[in-house]
Amino acid sequence: MATGQSLVLCDLRQEAPLALSVFIGQCAERLHAGERLLALFGRSEEGGGIRATAVFHSPEIPARLTVLRGQAKAGEHYPSLTVEHPAAQSLEREFWEQTGLHPDGHPWLKPIRFEGARQQQMGEYPFFRVRGQEVHEVGVGPIHASVIEPGHFRFMCLGEKVHHLEIQLGYQHRGVEALLLGRSPWSLTPLVESICGDSSIAYAWGHCAAIEALADMPGGLETDLLRGVALEMERIAIHIATLNGLATDIAFLQGGGTYGRLRTAIINATQRLCGNRFGRGWLRPGRSRGLAAAQREELLKTLRDFAQDFAGINELMLASHSVRARFQGTGTVSETAAREIGLVGLVARASGIAIDARSQLPGRLYDRHPLPMLTESGGDCWARMSLRMREVEASLNWLCALLGDATLDLSTRHAQHAQPSTTPPALRPHSLCVSLVEGTRGPVIQALETSAEGQLLHYKVQDPSMPNWFGLALAVRENEISDFPICNKSFDLSYCGNDL
Amino acid sequence: MRLSLSLLHWLLVLGMPILLVGTINRTKSWWVGRRGPGLLQSAWDLWRLLGKQPVVSTTASPLFRAGAYVVLVGSLLAMSMIPLLGRFAPFQFAYDFVVVAYTLGLARILLMLSAMDVGSSFEGMGAAREAAFSTYAEPALFLLLGTASAATGLSSFADVIGALHGTVHFSLIVVPLVAALLILLQTDAARVPVDDPLTHLELTMIHEVMVLDHSGPELAAMQYAAALKMTLYAGLIAALVNPFDPLVSPLAAVLVSFGVMLTVAVVVGCIESLTARLPMRRVPAYVLLASAAALLSMAIVGFGVGAR
Repeated sequence: MATGQSLVLCDLRQEAPLALSVFIGQCAERLHAGERLLALFGRSEEGGGIRATAVFHSPEIPARLTVLRGQAKAGEHYPSLTVEHPAAQSLEREFWEQTGLHPDGHPWLKPIRFEGARQQQMGEYPFFRVRGQEVHEVGVGPIHASVIEPGHFRFMCLGEKVHHLEIQLGYQHRGVEALLLGRSPWSLTPLVESICGDSSIAYAWGHCAAIEALADMPGGLETDLLRGVALEMERIAIHIATLNGLATDIAFLQGGGTYGRLRTAIINATQRLCGNRFGRGWLRPGRSRGLAAAQREELLKTLRDFAQDFAGINELMLASHSVRARFQGTGTVSETAAREIGLVGLVARASGIAIDARSQLPGRLYDRHPLPMLTESGGDCWARMSLRMREVEASLNWLCALLGDATLDLSTRHAQHAQPSTTPPALRPHSLCVSLVEGTRGPVIQALETSAEGQLLHYKVQDPSMPNWFGLALAVRENEISDFPICNKSFDLSYCGNDL
Repeated sequence: MRLSLSLLHWLLVLGMPILLVGTINRTKSWWVGRRGPGLLQSAWDLWRLLGKQPVVSTTASPLFRAGAYVVLVGSLLAMSMIPLLGRFAPFQFAYDFVVVAYTLGLARILLMLSAMDVGSSFEGMGAAREAAFSTYAEPALFLLLGTASAATGLSSFADVIGALHGTVHFSLIVVPLVAALLILLQTDAARVPVDDPLTHLELTMIHEVMVLDHSGPELAAMQYAAALKMTLYAGLIAALVNPFDPLVSPLAAVLVSFGVMLTVAVVVGCIESLTARLPMRRVPAYVLLASAAALLSMAIVGFGVGAR
């Protein structure tokens, strides 16, 4: 098992898979010991069995990713992990939906996205019903006003107060995981970039790192630096888009106008660097696109100008009483609740949980160029808003320090794998590679398994939105229904990342 | 004289809704550094809607389509008794303000009924909010009229508002009364911080959500009626502070009223640019501020403060 902290490469021939009951037992032990379950998935084998994989984040120093493998017969039952560890609930639901293995005692066994044969039954979603004379239901979506993704929200309300919200997703299901097995692993990046269009860089980086690890051609530190620059540019752009949405949703005109303008500066800079405003085509496996001195200078200038205006509008937003009145105390997720239901990424950090792969699984890049671990304690919309502002500031400082450091060569003259080869190298056979990249929303996990011939056998994608949607449902409880849009925007989760 | 004033009054009633919306939008654009739409943009929008074939929900009854026109006609009828130019309105009789209040009330009921008629959960929610918030707004209007009536000793809408500037209390009560009218404007015409006319978020809307299912000419009627309400309150502020008697110096009175109404639109635009919308639970308190302001001026008049 080779480990690059945020990436793990296993030779599957070395360890025999565990029987399902043992597999689940070991998962439960690890959860008891304080490890975090990051992914739980399986694939059907030729003989009708199921090969299961669990990925854990082990907190011991140095922290690392670890993998457990199990084997089961089709339709087998096992005692649900969710009963004792609610954080596993969405992972177990997905596991059940994709493999048919049944978690006995799961309290909320409903499809995550209506995959495969279930897709025609989306109208039969088993909504939780709140009964009573005073209760009224409000259904919103799947088609919404404005240009946003489809998803259905069912509110059970007492007057203006939301008692329970249930979120039904799956309308964006495109069968991504199956599509990714359909072509050469070296030409998958455009597809990977469009799994969740506003996290193209995070997805592409994780994908490139995994392919390069499987092909035994790891890039140099310089490649990581350039990818790190791309990732922080994406983080800034998406956080600003969310801040813009938050300002617009509470009719705070100046915030809306200014954030919109600032975001354009960032995404246009991205376009000048790679030809696409959302960073598509920037990253490719086995290659890195360098920054010429002039480009670097221009980017640095753009970021410095941006930082000044950004600080100004943040100050205005944070000082406004009417903004504070809307966000403070709205949509609160306590630290205990966030930990229990296993929130990840920015949303978890806003509830006071210090999890950030860039600090905890730093790898080569963030070891040398660390980013601070930022958290907020409030867990409300205000905390999520201010954390976004602070994360953008941290990314800006990081980028400016990096780009301004004359000792760092980013032109890829010394990159080890800069020359494109004509025949792409074969992937290691019988291997599993799991990569994790801390994207804007949280950890983007991709797991690639190869066959005996070095073909891709399974491609599992895990977006941070999947566990976090449940957090949104929890956050709006006992809040006013009119505050739902700002709660939703402060989480800013991805529909297509969840639906795959 | 009365006839030409009436013509001018109706010209303002019909034209100001367009101009006020245009002015507010231009003010907001100015604050964020944009050029903004033309002043007459809302007229073009209404014209476009008039040319459209309405789409009516299959669950809607005839009341749904009729409702929009009752709202429009009710608002226009109320406008005939509202002073815009000072101490003048085309229809004027003793205690006509009761008729005005309940004509507007009738329009509001029809607005809510036609919203609920399609059976959408959003529109029911909007109607409930409208009913609640207008309940908080109603005392303010009557307290305000009571104050003006007590101060002037007169009984018709145009007289009590238009003659107020001649009373001894005027300098003390003008500020609270204008504040009350401004809050009523924001409440009834669905402006920030009470409502947000630009939002697309159904769950947060009050007025907009009630017209979600309207389209074509009916939507135009609803939108024009909402702008008329804004004209109504802006006009009341204009009549209140207008020092000229339109029957004596008509030109000055018309110009001052016109200017004051545009100023009100600029003020509304500035408020919308500088503050965020209130949380829904704080809206009643904000609307009750109007009643408090009116009550304060009533106390001033009642206890004879400022009178010798």
